[in-house]
Amino acid sequence: MNAFMKNFLRNKGAVAGLILLSIVVIVAVIAPFIYPQSPWTMVQRPFQPPMALDGFYFGTDVLGRDIGAGLAHGARVSLIVGLVSTLVALLIGLPIGALAGYFGGIWDDILMRFTEFFQTIPSFALAIVIVAILQPSLSGIVLAISIVSWPPVARLVRGEFLSLRSREYVQAAILSGLSPMNIIFRQILPNAISPIIVLASLMVASAILLESALSFLGLGDPNVMSWGYMIGAGRTVLRQAWWICVFPGLAILFTVLALNLIGEGLNDALNPRLARKGR
Amino acid sequence: MQTLRYILMRLAKAAVILFAIVILNFCLIHAAPGDPAAVMAGEAGASDELFLQQLREKFGLDQPFHIQLWKYISGLLQLDMGYSYRQDAPVWDLIMDRLPATLLLTGAAFVLSIVLGVVAGVMAAVRVGKWADTAITVAALLLYATPLFWVALMAILLFSVQLGWFPSYGMESIGSELTGFRYWLDVAHHLVLPATTLGLFFTAIYARMTRASFLETAAEDFVKTARAKGLSEGRIARRHILRNAILPVVTLAGLQAGQIVGGAVLTETVFAWPGIGRLMFDALLQRDYNVLLGVFLISSAMVLLFNLITDLIYLLVDPRIELNT
Repeated sequence: MNAFMKNFLRNKGAVAGLILLSIVVIVAVIAPFIYPQSPWTMVQRPFQPPMALDGFYFGTDVLGRDIGAGLAHGARVSLIVGLVSTLVALLIGLPIGALAGYFGGIWDDILMRFTEFFQTIPSFALAIVIVAILQPSLSGIVLAISIVSWPPVARLVRGEFLSLRSREYVQAAILSGLSPMNIIFRQILPNAISPIIVLASLMVASAILLESALSFLGLGDPNVMSWGYMIGAGRTVLRQAWWICVFPGLAILFTVLALNLIGEGLNDALNPRLARKGR
Repeated sequence: MQTLRYILMRLAKAAVILFAIVILNFCLIHAAPGDPAAVMAGEAGASDELFLQQLREKFGLDQPFHIQLWKYISGLLQLDMGYSYRQDAPVWDLIMDRLPATLLLTGAAFVLSIVLGVVAGVMAAVRVGKWADTAITVAALLLYATPLFWVALMAILLFSVQLGWFPSYGMESIGSELTGFRYWLDVAHHLVLPATTLGLFFTAIYARMTRASFLETAAEDFVKTARAKGLSEGRIARRHILRNAILPVVTLAGLQAGQIVGGAVLTETVFAWPGIGRLMFDALLQRDYNVLLGVFLISSAMVLLFNLITDLIYLLVDPRIELNT
């Protein structure tokens, strides 16, 4: 663990990512304290540019809502949706990949065709259709994002299991009569966990991007403020009020960038042999 | 002969996937909220229960699931994707009207991203560790983390509002009635911003991939041999390394086809590009499920087509490919 921390902290990009992400997490946590009012309340005159009014560092939007409040509360939504939908995607992809890789043969064929099918469908279009059918809500968005983002997990886990299942310790476990479930989850999975962690951190990033795109199109939960919604709402007044669109976009950019940097840092630290190999 | 068999196999596989997509689409239509009969009756301004019953019978909505599925499939084979009551036109006609614009946009973005991505990736790999490499790597990292629709808005802000170089709206100048070459020039002018913003995200991906693959190939023995023969560095990079390094990029490009089609929804929405993505957005606002799912079906078919094309390109680029897969 110590060597891992050392490796990780030696990577400047990863440290920068960690600092950026910490800032976002802190803002998300203290959002209700610095902006106790709902981000939907109209608190000032509309179209105030940044810094024009005391305490409104990011200006106000078309309806006079504080953009700073929207940014802080939006951080919560982005992080929660990113995390939860990644977890759900792992819950779908892990068993499918594990079963395919462990049992092989016909199971592998069926499950991988199924996975390929989901990879062929244009994922963003499918996400739109799912949210439109389920009606916009936080759980609908999470479900849609996880349904379109599990296939890479299944493929990765399958690959790991295929190579690990012929190892001696697995053969020994089979011989000693352990049940397949036990072998899959307690013997093989812990050894396949590091690439899964790397993939998961990158998936949180793409889930946040996907959520912002959905709420940009007006498919966000109408009860929660999100960065994508703010950009979508400010789009029509882009010429008059650039700040309404610019700040939420920067927030998304920094958060996703931070997660990508951390993912790469984790990758280098967890797979030291592969590190820097032309990355 | 073997090549023909390979192509036929790929076509058969694509057909199976298309069939599965059709079934998924049918299930989604059924899952969509609102009884279609009630919707139709609502549009007609009637809500009489007897009238609803008649509508259900007329459109076969009271039939069992598998018969409805069969009807849906045979309808599709006759290019019947249902009717849009909001726009008062068959869904097929609406989509076909918009499809060329989307093909133009996605095709341009696809070509742009591959060419730009490969060039940037090679430039970074050749100067590995120098400032050009760092600059390209950082740019790719940033582009990869930026939401597509936001890049589009920022591009409008900079190139259309501030500089006034490119139009931000539509596919052709309204009321200009240009013809022939002048018309296409006008369309190309309108295409610059949407195609670039749609392509940039993928440029970042291809640049990173090309750089990694190029560096990996450059370490192989045959490159040393080429260098020992006294070939120029430029020739080695172009003819020896790049030809081998480009294969994984082509594979990736095939896999990304679906993403480009999905991204077109966002780009077309921002730039009011009259393609099927914009059609999808409008259908979304009006909750016009027939159109929504029709676009979904056609865009899935488009992805299959893109995949087939990359398979064929792969065949051309890499003669070693196993034909019996």
